[in-house]
Amino acid sequence: MFSFLKKKSPEVVNSPTTDTCELEPIKPALEGNINLDEPVIAVKKSLLSRFRVNLTKTRHKFTDQVANLLLGKKVIDQALLDELETLLISADLGMEATQIIIKGLTQNIARKALTNPDALWDALRRALIDILTPCQKRLDLSHSKPAVFLMIGINGAGKTTTIGKLSHYLKAQGLNVMLAAGDTFRAAAVEQLQAWGARNQLPVIAQQTGADSASVLFDAVTAAKARHSDVLLADTAGRLHNKDHLMEELKKIKRVLGKAEPGAPHEICLVLDAGIGQNGLVQLEKFHQALGVTSLILTKLDGTAKGGIIFAIAEKFKLPIYFIGVGEHVDDLRPFNAIEFVDGLLPLMTL
Amino acid sequence: MFDSLSDRLSKTVRNWLGQGRLSEDNIQDSLREIRLALLEADVALPVVKIFIDNIKAKAIGVDVIKTLSPGQMLVKIVQDELTLLLGEKNDALDLAIKPPAVMLLAGLQGSGKTTSAAKLAKYLTERHEKKVLLVSCDVYRPAAIEQLATLAAEINVDIEASNASEQPLEIAARAKLRAQKEWYDVLIVDTAGRLHIDEAMMHEISALNAALNPIETLFVVDSMTGQDAATTAKAFNDALPLTGIILTKTDGDARGGAALSIRHITGKPIKFLGVGERVTALEPFHPDRLASRILGMGDIVSLVEEAQLHVDKVKADKLTKKMQKGKGFDLEDFRDQIAQMNKMGGIQSLMGKLPGMGAIPANVKDKVNDKSFVQIVAIINSMTPKERRDPDILKGSRKKRIANGSGTQVQDVNRLLKQFYDMQTMMKRMGKGGKGLMAMLGGMGGGMPPMPGR
Repeated sequence: MFSFLKKKSPEVVNSPTTDTCELEPIKPALEGNINLDEPVIAVKKSLLSRFRVNLTKTRHKFTDQVANLLLGKKVIDQALLDELETLLISADLGMEATQIIIKGLTQNIARKALTNPDALWDALRRALIDILTPCQKRLDLSHSKPAVFLMIGINGAGKTTTIGKLSHYLKAQGLNVMLAAGDTFRAAAVEQLQAWGARNQLPVIAQQTGADSASVLFDAVTAAKARHSDVLLADTAGRLHNKDHLMEELKKIKRVLGKAEPGAPHEICLVLDAGIGQNGLVQLEKFHQALGVTSLILTKLDGTAKGGIIFAIAEKFKLPIYFIGVGEHVDDLRPFNAIEFVDGLLPLMTL
Repeated sequence: MFDSLSDRLSKTVRNWLGQGRLSEDNIQDSLREIRLALLEADVALPVVKIFIDNIKAKAIGVDVIKTLSPGQMLVKIVQDELTLLLGEKNDALDLAIKPPAVMLLAGLQGSGKTTSAAKLAKYLTERHEKKVLLVSCDVYRPAAIEQLATLAAEINVDIEASNASEQPLEIAARAKLRAQKEWYDVLIVDTAGRLHIDEAMMHEISALNAALNPIETLFVVDSMTGQDAATTAKAFNDALPLTGIILTKTDGDARGGAALSIRHITGKPIKFLGVGERVTALEPFHPDRLASRILGMGDIVSLVEEAQLHVDKVKADKLTKKMQKGKGFDLEDFRDQIAQMNKMGGIQSLMGKLPGMGAIPANVKDKVNDKSFVQIVAIINSMTPKERRDPDILKGSRKKRIANGSGTQVQDVNRLLKQFYDMQTMMKRMGKGGKGLMAMLGGMGGGMPPMPGR
């Protein structure tokens, strides 16, 4: 019964290491200097393999833990379930999501639907995929022209970098993209977005730091309409969700955008750092309460953080997660896929 | 949102309220609650396990102080242990070397290194009157160098110019040379954010560290980090000889359990907290405050300490005995309790320390004031001893006399009586477990009985 588990798991352990070795020589080139005159040329390596490498590297430790847990177990007992619970928590899934998952598994065990650790593994995978599947949606910006995409989040979540990567992605799809430097607070945030604009050869509407963010974005919408842009990606200053005056500023931005173009902003996207703990849920709640968040992007999944908070978020909000960020390179933005995400977490170990 | 640890504990300890000693049996459920609370606060799992073992070892066999519930006793043990683990208050920066004292900042992307570098420069310039030079070695993120330059101009601190086409090592060496030549006291080196699993980048930072030989190598980390904090901290600590930690974005509402994980895993002191976006928003670290926050509660420890210090134990015991004998809670007891509360700094100061009180709007808080208690005491003082022991005999003419005697209206007397009966009902419900003042305060935390107020 466990023969395949035993056979397969060493591969799971080893494969990331091999992949890492493959990747190493390329890395320095990718993260090399940013030269505004010469946009970095996309590396020819297949996107999917890049993504797989990064994601597998991220998750292999977690997978090892689960595999070790299941190996050598003949029956499912409470201790095993407790350990699984512990593991889900340590992936930042949070108590509520974890308990829902464990409860589901326990019920199936009680009904004798799950009789061995292999089946338990599969059931866990299925449960995780089921939670995320409603969130897997494709970004569709064709309903309006220009489609105004407002990027929000706390400080350091990766809003500006994500805009840089997203603009590249959308441009590659043949869309006419414009950027708006709505972060008028943080030092050099405007310059950072301009650098991305130059790199992707896209227009950036900006004023100086300290200008009124809503007015910059209003101008940007006007400019986007005048130039017949398909998409306007609007950056905003990072802000903590418990700062009332900053949340009021965001509400104002939303109102003003609506005045510049009826229906705008068409997307209000919260950027979340995969390393975030349980506060991620609070963040979404607060931003949602203030603005009505329409979608999510999860960044920095190329580290060891598991981003498990999105399970808790998906349980509660079912918001689309359009993309995940898996690196600093312009190509390191991937459409979110529930099965791929869970595969990274718990790979298919049985056939 | 999440229940605070003290609420959770009160649920688990309800069953064993009468027991005077913490034992393996009766703390089992509570330990599970503590574990969950720590996990919800994002303390990393391995750290939680060790922590729980420590608590268990410390708690078993401890006598519960009479004025406290066993739950409160346990919370105190937990918080003391947390404070201990979080380390010394404000470990100062080490500046006692031949200048320049080099400080290197390292951390993940978006943790707040550049902002912290500027804040630190401002702090050292203003509080310690040091001549500070800043330099950015972040040649990767677009406009990172401009960001530090802008901030340096804002705080009026010198910066060594660098640009993205240079090598970080070259920039660092040049900055150090300039700092030496131009007699700077401190050189603060900002670096690019990097992932701990990115070998090339980790190699770069250790090379930087080796070249600069900094007196302080500070790990900058986001206080909202989840379980991954343990992994990250370990990797950075292995790669670099860290001397301390800067915990950023603590002005958010995350519990900040990552601090405990990082502190435990690296063994390095937390030196500063980032408390806002402005360049002045940097504070020395206070372990006790962070401990309360991780547990999601008010300053219950100092409340407990005050209870130990001020509550008249004899009177409290008398009341407990009286309740246990089945005799009613009367107006004299009510008055005693108010007097004890006043000894502890009055209701307003008590409320400030109670968990969950932060959520109460200010206008409601203002209604509960110490003045209304003065009136209650005056009314009770105007009663005869017989009336105090048996308020049921109070009819129209007695009430009128009491009102006149205390300088109040009959309505005030009626309001007091209503409050008193409510409280009496509550005390009866608590039955044998009644623990006087503390139980009463616990009840107030839960929203009952109605507060006196106008």
